[in-house]
Amino acid sequence: MFDPNRAHPWMANSAPGSLRAMLDEIGAGSVEEVFAQIPEDHFRKAPLDLPPTLSSEIALRRDLVGKLKKNADCEANLSFLGAGVWQHHVPAIVDEIVGRTEFATNVWGSYQSDHGRNQAWFEFSSQLGALLNLDVVQLPVYSWGCATGHAMRMAQRITGRAKVLVPQLSDPERLSVIRTYCQPSAMQSHIEVVLVAADPTTGRLDLGDLQAKLGDDVAAVYFENPEYLGTIETEAAEIARLARAAGAETIVGVDPISLGVMTAPGDYGADIVTGPVQPLGVHMQCGGGAGGFIASRDEEKYVLEYNGFLVSIVETLEEGQVGFGLACPHQNSYGSREHGKDWTGNSTYLWAIAGAVYMSLLGPEGFREVGTLIVSRARYAAKCLGEVPGVRIVWPDTSFKEFVVNFDDTGKTVGEINDLLRARGIFGGKDISDEENALGQSALYCVTELHTAADIRHLCTTLKEVL
Amino acid sequence: MTRIPEFHAAKWNEPVVMEMGRPGARGQLFPAPEDEVTQAVGSDLIPGAMARKDRAALPEITEFEAQRHYLHLSQMTLGMMGISLFGTCTMKYNSKTAEYATLRPELAAVHPYQHPDTLQGVLEIIHEFDRILCSLSGMDQFIFQAGGGADAAYTMAAVARAYWDDRGLLDQRTEMVTSVQAHPCNPATAAAAGFKVVNLPLEENGYPSLEALKAAVSDRTALIMINNPDDMGIYNPEIKEWVRVAKEAGALCFYDHANFNGVMGKLSARELGFDACMFMLHKTFGAPKAGGGPAVGAYGCSDELAPYLPCPVVVKEGDRYRLDEDRPKSAGKVREYWGNVPQVVKAYAWARAMGAEGIQLASDISVVANNYMDRKLAEIPGLEISNPGIDAYRMEMTRWSLGPLTEETGVTTVDFANRMADYGIDPYWMSHEPWIVAEPFTPEAGELWSKEDIDTWIGVIAQIAEEARSDPEMVKTAPHNQAIAQVKGDAFEDPGKWAMTWRAYQRKILGDESARGVA
Amino acid sequence: MRIGLVVNPFAGMGGAVGLKGTDGPDTVAEARRRGAVAKAGPRAHQALARLAGRVPGARLILPEGPLGADWAGGLDLTLETVASGAATGTARDTKDAVRAMMPLDLLVFAGGDGTARDVASVAEGTALLGIPCGVKMHSGVFAVTPQSAGSMIASLLEDPDRVRWIDDAEIMDIDEAALRRGLLAPRLYGHARIPVSRNLMQAAKGGPRLDAAQSLSSAAAEVVAGMEPETIYIIGPGTSAASVVRALGQQATPLGVDAVIDRKLVARDCDAATLDALSEDRRVALVLGVTGQQGFLLGRGNQQIGAGLIRKAGKDGLIILATEDKLTALAKPHLLVDSGDPDLDRALEGFVRVSTGANRQMLMRIASC
Repeated sequence: MFDPNRAHPWMANSAPGSLRAMLDEIGAGSVEEVFAQIPEDHFRKAPLDLPPTLSSEIALRRDLVGKLKKNADCEANLSFLGAGVWQHHVPAIVDEIVGRTEFATNVWGSYQSDHGRNQAWFEFSSQLGALLNLDVVQLPVYSWGCATGHAMRMAQRITGRAKVLVPQLSDPERLSVIRTYCQPSAMQSHIEVVLVAADPTTGRLDLGDLQAKLGDDVAAVYFENPEYLGTIETEAAEIARLARAAGAETIVGVDPISLGVMTAPGDYGADIVTGPVQPLGVHMQCGGGAGGFIASRDEEKYVLEYNGFLVSIVETLEEGQVGFGLACPHQNSYGSREHGKDWTGNSTYLWAIAGAVYMSLLGPEGFREVGTLIVSRARYAAKCLGEVPGVRIVWPDTSFKEFVVNFDDTGKTVGEINDLLRARGIFGGKDISDEENALGQSALYCVTELHTAADIRHLCTTLKEVL
Repeated sequence: MTRIPEFHAAKWNEPVVMEMGRPGARGQLFPAPEDEVTQAVGSDLIPGAMARKDRAALPEITEFEAQRHYLHLSQMTLGMMGISLFGTCTMKYNSKTAEYATLRPELAAVHPYQHPDTLQGVLEIIHEFDRILCSLSGMDQFIFQAGGGADAAYTMAAVARAYWDDRGLLDQRTEMVTSVQAHPCNPATAAAAGFKVVNLPLEENGYPSLEALKAAVSDRTALIMINNPDDMGIYNPEIKEWVRVAKEAGALCFYDHANFNGVMGKLSARELGFDACMFMLHKTFGAPKAGGGPAVGAYGCSDELAPYLPCPVVVKEGDRYRLDEDRPKSAGKVREYWGNVPQVVKAYAWARAMGAEGIQLASDISVVANNYMDRKLAEIPGLEISNPGIDAYRMEMTRWSLGPLTEETGVTTVDFANRMADYGIDPYWMSHEPWIVAEPFTPEAGELWSKEDIDTWIGVIAQIAEEARSDPEMVKTAPHNQAIAQVKGDAFEDPGKWAMTWRAYQRKILGDESARGVA
Repeated sequence: MRIGLVVNPFAGMGGAVGLKGTDGPDTVAEARRRGAVAKAGPRAHQALARLAGRVPGARLILPEGPLGADWAGGLDLTLETVASGAATGTARDTKDAVRAMMPLDLLVFAGGDGTARDVASVAEGTALLGIPCGVKMHSGVFAVTPQSAGSMIASLLEDPDRVRWIDDAEIMDIDEAALRRGLLAPRLYGHARIPVSRNLMQAAKGGPRLDAAQSLSSAAAEVVAGMEPETIYIIGPGTSAASVVRALGQQATPLGVDAVIDRKLVARDCDAATLDALSEDRRVALVLGVTGQQGFLLGRGNQQIGAGLIRKAGKDGLIILATEDKLTALAKPHLLVDSGDPDLDRALEGFVRVSTGANRQMLMRIASC
């Protein structure tokens, strides 16, 4: 329990006499006097009902670790979960750097006192820009879905139109966020979200349906590459061409870890690009590693519509020296409150630093290697799984790291199968049977650079046992 | 004797990482696919049109070079390793024990779609922390999906939409009422959610009048969003009446509890009548700020609003915990998954380590220390407290003005902030928009910093005020002891000069014709 | 940067002796007779002292004698003087002196509204900065104190980046003869460019505020969208209200009042009689701006809109546009009305909504003066 005679290690002025000394200096008789602004009847009546104080570091650690150990994790188990949060390798250097107290405790100083952090931020944008082949990358917002929601609202402001076309086979989690950002239909500034069908043989966007829905009321076409269910969108350039012909913006969501082997979206006509930052050196953390970037070409039309922090390299008063600061700060909601472009706040900027370190460690060859490794092992996993009796790969040979596995012929539900796997130390793919995809009892499996061929064989063997 | 630090920041003249390295250098190697893999699937697996042809223009450096480079960058960042009395952000000690606990694989390597049976530990922490916040606020249910305070305000706007939609009144209840002094995130998120924003001005007492509120609310008001105390350190004593008036008009009442530090354990949002509130775990509850997130805006509400919360909500059934996704009236998600979970764990750790008595003591200390600081600042000529006519102790922070000193010397609050870092003192927070007082700054003493730290901080402010008079040019060209000289601002709004990536910089400034990219 | 200074040595004399202004030599003589002491010169000196303290050796252009150089004595300034005639107390003194100094980047003057109007008439397009000394200061071109005027000049010379410019500060003046008969009849005579301090790189979470024109045009579009049929919308003067006329695709009368019915401009630059005639048997809405610094809504620069019209419009018929910057920069947080009818003024007291952009409003208290 809390002992009022012992100072608290996190409060310097809890040392005996400190509070009294300050009260004396300000001429207050008591602490209560200092709170005189608050009327008597505003003070709470219900006493605080908090669990007992853990007053030593030993007790605190025991409580935290004791509770967390009740979790089962993806290191002790073999996990094939993905769908927006993926188990990728996090280099040790990344953990060291994001754990640096200067970065972790930083809030906001001057451009000079924050110089190192700002440079790291700029290096995040620069390196991601090199992967995307785009000149403007904003610091990450809360998540990929939030980034996409902001991008759609940018497109609405740019085009003055209020409809977006979105793949029908979208991640329901991300789509829910997008719908929140696009507002309910009762609101004046609502954006209508119209779903575009998928080609049932490949999972790609159905271009016929896209053309039928594209018109002069469409602000943007959004698709992902790879798509939510793993398919690589080979017709990306054609989609962008069709959108442009209709006067709409093309927004593409990409997985940055794929960009060592997949074409940069800047090279196939994407106008605004969004994506997750978690694959770039951020642990899964129950989804707490989420973050989403927004990027575009360096045109005022786009730059003047960003909602958050754009870090620009600039000169300093010293000849030949460079520093960093925020471009167009007036347009965000800190600068302009409700008159700003959309809104911003504390975001996920530490993950920009993680991403900067990660990308600098990989370099061009690292990205090529990791991309090749992932796609090879994922295809291998699909092939092996496809050989398990009753198991069918829905769109073989179309994917990067995720793919849909159908279990209809096993007579078991994905839920049942995953329960059986879990009992054997395997977390099966995300159950997508309840999603609106007409794919039956299916799961979305994810394979990354962390899954060895042996892991994959172990999955298949175990599946054969339980089915 | 007040200690004035002598300081010089590390100055590594560190190149931008894009300039570093040499062709072929490697920082990270990946295994080659196993032979059985290659034999089974072959190579060139990406379809032609989507197979990347160019080599990404990334640096090629060694593992050590990456480590050293980013350590150098961290050394050229003051963080809060000086003294940071950064108002509105409530600087706290960020427990390393809690940090290390969250780095364990039992949290770091956990996927949000794992079966709840495998998540019982983290769900238990979230639930227990929900109970702690409910006790502190009187609310019935908290969620942690919002990635910051602004996102929690956005959550409120989304919940209000769902609430009014459920009553068939969303096309009538179109207005959000707030104060011009409320944090920008309140009007900005309400506007982004589609509401009309009605601002109330500050009047003679330093806060908006009850009369203004009465004139503003009507059957068109969907909600009010308000903070109290404000950043001036003024507590609105009519807040209970405010809530009564707003609710009489049918509006929902949201308490932006960003400035909770001075009233922790003293006020209960629910007892004051509010329907919902928000706490910033990365400020008040000791989770790190990380230079702007990952953060958490914990959003709590009454049972009446709970059906509209974004999913999932952590619920306890018997002695098991699960994630409730089946809430038909839910407003929809404001962000994927259930929040920045490690930050929730750190905030839980803070609350447990402080305990009820510690939390109340922290609130006492932060308000007394702030008034101590005010007393000392008032002795420095050229500084002026906001609302100078109000003779009362302020709450946990106070807005000050350098207006008189600026008129006399031309040295502005921005110059001051730049110069502070030369003494190893973290630049202060100036003010949110709009700037109501001239040349503002907003210190907040908090419970972390010692009286000696506060004395040092004030000593530095006094010293810079002296310098502003004796050598204004030196202050205006500050800093002089930092990693870099003062950043020039002309490029920030110049489309021909801004460069948000190295690609753009090469193309626009270095004039590198070979740089790829479209203007 | 060429900065000129002109002093109207007689400005401010009237106030102390019960005269409302000192326009015209007869009034000056009367003021003198009543024992008035000139204060514009000493105030100009205060401003220059602050300037010399901040920027020793600062270069200024000014007329010799009492219209300028007399007040810069003993200060560390570099003076470039131009010849000037004797100070006779007429507007011609000021105007001639300004002409002799032109061209200028900034014209600083010590005086009141009358001086502002005089200098603006001969220095069109030149930025103005007033050292406050007059009895009447309804114009939006004055610094708050002589010292802050000096400080602004110093910033312009030292750190021009720290200064931003506003193009539509009002030049207002009243008919002094009418005023002495007890009639307050200020008029809007024009707009001038003025310097205001700006915090460059306010860093972090901010920076210069949004473009005023953009906010106003979105507010105006909203006003137009909400226009009711048959109602007459009486608009202006001033740039804020004029944005509504522009939103209709029309040119607004810069210093006058226009009328719109059914989204059509039916009359331009209306006088009171025209407005009364047009408003017969119609609902009336008044589309108004707010004067800088003082916050006048009615009764300053828009006397064409008489008490009858205001009564007919009522409080609910007021449509007010202003930028948030302008509202937060008001000397006092309220709007003033002076309809000429005290009962009506009182009836208008209370809160009104000011549109600061589409879907953005600020509540403001109306006070009678």
